Amino acid sequence: MKNLYIWLCIFVTVCASTTGDVLIALAMRRIGDLGHFRRDHGLLAVLARIASSGALFGGIFFMAVAYFSNLVGLSWADLSLLGPASAALTFVANAIAAKLFLHENVDRRRWFATIFVCCGVLLLTSS
Amino acid sequence: MTLRKYLVLLSIVAFGSIGDTFLARGMRDVGTIDIHHPMHVVTALANPWIIFGTLCLLGFMTSYMTALSFADLTYVLPATAIGYVVMAVLSRFWLQEHVSLQRWAGIALITVGVGLVAGGPSRTEHPPAPATPADVEAAQERP
Repeated sequence: MKNLYIWLCIFVTVCASTTGDVLIALAMRRIGDLGHFRRDHGLLAVLARIASSGALFGGIFFMAVAYFSNLVGLSWADLSLLGPASAALTFVANAIAAKLFLHENVDRRRWFATIFVCCGVLLLTSS
Repeated sequence: MTLRKYLVLLSIVAFGSIGDTFLARGMRDVGTIDIHHPMHVVTALANPWIIFGTLCLLGFMTSYMTALSFADLTYVLPATAIGYVVMAVLSRFWLQEHVSLQRWAGIALITVGVGLVAGGPSRTEHPPAPATPADVEAAQERP
């Protein structure tokens, strides 16, 4: 039964983290390069622009859900199980979500990179 | 990619891995959370390790948002996976831990993945939206 709870936590963490990542990426793409914006308009304008982004706050909300789900998961399982499982699944889920929702150019190079990193994380942390 | 942008990616790696380690250390102190009382996780927020971990994750979020303002999500995530390699190499050469063949294989795969994504463009260039009839009219009216 405990295993079911652990994998439920991993599932919630991956879904919430992917949704949060996509929303934050969407918001930051709309806002534009923070470095250039700060140089041109100053720090206060950057903060005001960030504070006016609804997608960003939605993203932060989902990241908070992922954070608490991760905390609950850590109380049942070791970081060595939870970390790689969440990270590897989040890599793949993010690549799919970025392709579908952000229309990023996830070409063959990026798919291979995602799969290599995903397998590497599993090998590195499951030994 | 400029030096500033590589430093932003580096700070994601540093804050993320340190923050996760602090959280894991803190949850060891807090103990198991009963599934029937999930709100007990809030009490964990008073633990100093959890507080430091959360502060590190705030630093991670700031760097992460900055990186996403100039690069794609599918560029930032694999590029920052180099943190796993740094931790494994540090554990081998600094903490003198044994790193198995399987781990070295994992390090090699992550390095290849990071190299692949880092060699490509960091941002997808979206073509400008096609001009609407109203845009064409406005352009014709301009002297």
